[in-house]
Amino acid sequence: MAGELASTRAVSRTFAPVRTHLLIPTWVIIGFFLVAPVLMMLVYSFLTKEFRGGVIWDFSLAAYDQFIFDRGLFGDDPPQIEWTYIVIFARSIVQAAVATVLCLIIGFPTAYFIATRSPATRSMWLFLVTVPYWVNLLIRTVSMKFLIRDNGPLNEALLGLGVINEPIALINTDFAVQLGLFYSYLPFMVLPIYASVERYDFALSEAAADLYANRWTILRRVILPIVRPGIVAGCILVFVPSLGAFLAPDLLGGAKNFLIGSLIEEQFKGNAGNWPFGAAASMILLSLVLIALFIYARRQALRSAKAA
Amino acid sequence: MTETSIAIDVRNAVKRFGAVTALAGASLTIRDNEFFTLLGPSGCGKTTLLRLIAGFEEITEGEILLYGEDLGALPPNRRPINTVFQHYALFPHMTVAENVAFGMRRLGWTKADIEARTLRILDLVKLGDLAARRPAQLSGGQQQRVALARAMAPRPKVLLLDEPLSALDLKLRQAMRIELKQIQKDTGITFVFVTHDQEEALTMSDRIAVMSAGEIRQVGTPREIYEAPLDRFVADFIGETNVLDATVRRGSDDALTCHLTNGAAFPCHASVPPEDGAFAHVLIRPERLSLVPEAACDTGLTGVVDQAVYLGTDIQYGVRLDDGPDVLVRAQNVGADAVTHRTGDRVGLAIAPGAARLLVD
Repeated sequence: MAGELASTRAVSRTFAPVRTHLLIPTWVIIGFFLVAPVLMMLVYSFLTKEFRGGVIWDFSLAAYDQFIFDRGLFGDDPPQIEWTYIVIFARSIVQAAVATVLCLIIGFPTAYFIATRSPATRSMWLFLVTVPYWVNLLIRTVSMKFLIRDNGPLNEALLGLGVINEPIALINTDFAVQLGLFYSYLPFMVLPIYASVERYDFALSEAAADLYANRWTILRRVILPIVRPGIVAGCILVFVPSLGAFLAPDLLGGAKNFLIGSLIEEQFKGNAGNWPFGAAASMILLSLVLIALFIYARRQALRSAKAA
Repeated sequence: MTETSIAIDVRNAVKRFGAVTALAGASLTIRDNEFFTLLGPSGCGKTTLLRLIAGFEEITEGEILLYGEDLGALPPNRRPINTVFQHYALFPHMTVAENVAFGMRRLGWTKADIEARTLRILDLVKLGDLAARRPAQLSGGQQQRVALARAMAPRPKVLLLDEPLSALDLKLRQAMRIELKQIQKDTGITFVFVTHDQEEALTMSDRIAVMSAGEIRQVGTPREIYEAPLDRFVADFIGETNVLDATVRRGSDDALTCHLTNGAAFPCHASVPPEDGAFAHVLIRPERLSLVPEAACDTGLTGVVDQAVYLGTDIQYGVRLDDGPDVLVRAQNVGADAVTHRTGDRVGLAIAPGAARLLVD
């Protein structure tokens, strides 16, 4: 066992210089398109706002202050906690969480179904899952809006069948937003779970059945714990972009209940924006996500340390 | 009640996968406390039969009885039968102890009972000190023992083993054969063992069923299977063989004599005596033949040594019979004073009494 580990390390040492060279393009791209913009946002969030958009290069904590405190119309009242943005954040988290759960409920059986087809038909099913993503997200969201509006095909069909007597109000509700987010990010749930289930050894299900486990117990005690990394990856991949999404909330929610994504988008749009405030809101969002991921990673590390 | 002494009764079991018939009407009885082996080449239906008994596949026709009760379409989790899988199928996210406890938990045993049984069974397979490890931290041999412990822990009425030793290296495999046999004897559980390895089957089994193309060709003790194979397939599959074409003559006292086309004649035996003058295949195991001086040969089997291979424990000769086929002869290497023959030597063949047997075609 120890010898095996040692030899693996020796191999990685041999390939180490080659690997460094090959990674240069990746580092350049990550640096330019990920690290630099985030640093820019970080810097902007500590600057003073220019009234027609843009920033003045003066250090200021005003953006963060505005997010947390209410100091009255002229900024000279005693500071009180400003609930508006905290509520927007909380609402966004709930919306993203509901979308994630919806994706999981539909995505897990879908992924399981695909992974249990014959290898030849699997690629076709995967292809079908990705087909909607060949169409731009905006167009998909708009078409969803047409589908679920009061006199749209969904309501017409239900009315025609006599299931309902008057149109269900779907459009401009929280549920419409959740549905939109669910539809936008479903493949991000399906694909990682599929990758896990595809590697899952179905002999383990047989072994569990052989050892007196019923279907539910097999799922709960054997399949789910083993494919958990895929489920977690899927949840992160759906939850994080859902949190910052603005298309679905704007188009399907009627921008009625503001979400973080729309809030941030507003700050950079036209002349009415407030760049430092938008940047600060982005940094707060980013910090929350990073903290959550960090806590999860720590828990995982502790768990595997305990196992070993 | 004779029923109680029969653990598993397979009655005309048929399994078809679409157009493919994996099992074409197999019938056999496996006795209580028996080490029973299903032996055959890959694709012969032995694993299918095992999976039918376990309940992983639904039987197409026929029935399987467990201690007199039809298993019918009972799902695997409702059958008091456990399996040791070929690649073990240990739960990777559980410790050794959790793996072993899995079946007992599902059966609703009390915590104390589960703990006691886990300790006992891990002791039995000599893994007592590895209970807290995960399967990935174990060697192949250790994983094999965990699989065995896990399957035996819930006290199954029958234990199925699907080529459990095939993933081990030779030394370990040989050691495990003896150990498995010992565990079976000690626990008194009925073992149904699937293998394609004839040596494994011969060393461990109480009885063997030799299978081919979805059918059972012969059921018997290792000795019966080896010494008196019914047909050519069984003879070829188990051990090395010489199969000669012969005409059978039936003497006045019902004694049978084989006549080869080259004039050689020698006595032979058959489980089902054929008609006088019938054509037959006659089987002679290489180790039941010996080389004698040509002059002292009373069988008429004479020829030239074509090949002599030193195998350590044995010396194997290839002899080209005069006007006849090649035969293999295996002589035990008894020491420096043993007569050895060189290629080109003319020799005669002697047949040990009872060694020539007719095969049913």
